[in-house]
Amino acid sequence: MIENRPFITFLAHLTLVLGVLLVAFPIWITFVASTHDAVRMTHVPLPLLPGDQFFVNLKTALTESIGGAGSLPVGLMMLNSLIMAMMIAVGKISISLLSAYAIVYFRFPFRMGFFWMIFVTLMLPVEVRILPTFEVVANLSMLNSYWGLTIPLIASATATFMFRQVFLTIPDEMLEAARVDGAGPMRFFWDILIPLSRTNIAALFVILFIYGWNQYLWPLLITTDKEMFTVVMGIKQMLETAEQAPDWHLIMMTALLAMIPPIFVVLSMQKMFVQGLTETDK
Amino acid sequence: MLKRVHFGPSVLPFLLVAPQIAVTLVFFIWPASQALYQSFLLEDAFGLSTEFVWFDNFADLINDGIYLDTFKRTAFFSFSVAFLAMSIALILAAMVDRIIKGVYVYRTLLIWPYAVAPVVAGALWVFMFDPTLGIFAYALNTIGYDWNHKLNGGEAMTLVILASTWKQIAYNFLFFVAAIQSIPKSLIEAAAIDGAGPLKRFWTIIFPLITPTTFFLLVVNIVYAFFETFGVIHAITQGGPAKATEILVYKVFYDGFVGLDLGGSAAQSVILMAIVIVMTVIQFRYIERKVEY
Repeated sequence: MIENRPFITFLAHLTLVLGVLLVAFPIWITFVASTHDAVRMTHVPLPLLPGDQFFVNLKTALTESIGGAGSLPVGLMMLNSLIMAMMIAVGKISISLLSAYAIVYFRFPFRMGFFWMIFVTLMLPVEVRILPTFEVVANLSMLNSYWGLTIPLIASATATFMFRQVFLTIPDEMLEAARVDGAGPMRFFWDILIPLSRTNIAALFVILFIYGWNQYLWPLLITTDKEMFTVVMGIKQMLETAEQAPDWHLIMMTALLAMIPPIFVVLSMQKMFVQGLTETDK
Repeated sequence: MLKRVHFGPSVLPFLLVAPQIAVTLVFFIWPASQALYQSFLLEDAFGLSTEFVWFDNFADLINDGIYLDTFKRTAFFSFSVAFLAMSIALILAAMVDRIIKGVYVYRTLLIWPYAVAPVVAGALWVFMFDPTLGIFAYALNTIGYDWNHKLNGGEAMTLVILASTWKQIAYNFLFFVAAIQSIPKSLIEAAAIDGAGPLKRFWTIIFPLITPTTFFLLVVNIVYAFFETFGVIHAITQGGPAKATEILVYKVFYDGFVGLDLGGSAAQSVILMAIVIVMTVIQFRYIERKVEY
């Protein structure tokens, strides 16, 4: 601190508290709505303080199908989301580690060609090429499957770039020493590179897990089978049926459940995540 | 690029890049070239015959007043979101820099919206502003303002901007905090000794020095508003009322999957790709130009 001005410090805290209130208010309202019953949620004004129906709503949301006949209970939708998010995060990290290793540590023909091929994918978010990608997935008959949900999202230049950056900072002596000790390329990769990039892998995992969990447009197109719905899509579906009879207490409970896993991942790995985010994206 | 110490040519590197290259070719390069190809085709409504029409699809778009309106709307939406989300984040980051106690607590409380899915964010805001039940709609009603984003296009746009901004503040905040903290304290102290007050120090030292971060965030925020807000809009307004919140990405989706105008949708995709490529190039250009202290 450069100077001690109590008034400005007070002002800073005040602004931050206001900021926190602004950011947290929608989440608070969601929580409050998820603790009341259906009757209370149709009386204006809606409550600002929690009620006592939290566990009743939780049980309903997790086990019963809400919003439209035959839709999956939220518990199963969350399982779908979890499988999708894990497949995307683990898949992306694995293939990026391998390709970054090849590009940084091997001299081979077309090396730069491959690099550029990966680089262009950085510029093509799934949203801009949805129709033709959808056709490819349909032709490969991967609609309504976990493969169709995840593989098209797995290739990404971002992770490859990050690992490339990390590998470039690893001293050359590491490889020389490993060679002297008789380690082959794969041994070097497993026993030296992977352990050295552990924190980066963890940070990337947080980012990619959230990315995967929050996917919306792609699952919306790829899945028509209700068994495959993810929780993020489920909310949208409930909102649609809510036009006539809004079950806001259950919708908000679902929203809360959809938020918990990614928020938990972010907060529990906050330090690595913040480091990974601010140091790799640039 | 290549390590000074490296392995010589063998089959192994090809095997290592194979998975990524395979996925890239099948799900990126091929669909993108398909989009490019389709954008030159005109298909009849039943998909029975196609005709190669050169740039007609693009010409149709450019001459189509609706598309230009969508373009302007997207620009307005993106800049509003970027401006609001960045200003709020910068104010909060500057405040965090001034305090000693509680930094970690504030940061923890401020970052969670980053983890919230756009659709969920949309659901939260549509609930708070629901014309009959919403808590804010009720509050506005008591002061005599009749809120209904389902009928009023301007209100719908406001709501979509608010929800998108809310989700993006956390991300910007983290970057601004990191940028401000990386400024050497000696610079700030020197200015303080010369008699510059906190506000003056902010505008003449901190703000200019974080320009690279600001610029980086501007590009990231615009890309976010262009593409990732699809979920927000789909949940809140579905592009309505009367197309008042239909942005470019929404139109690609709508024309392609609902309107089944494949050529037109592909042409829009190509235009979007061009926009993304330009933004990526700008971003890389500026990142290389790092500020030296």
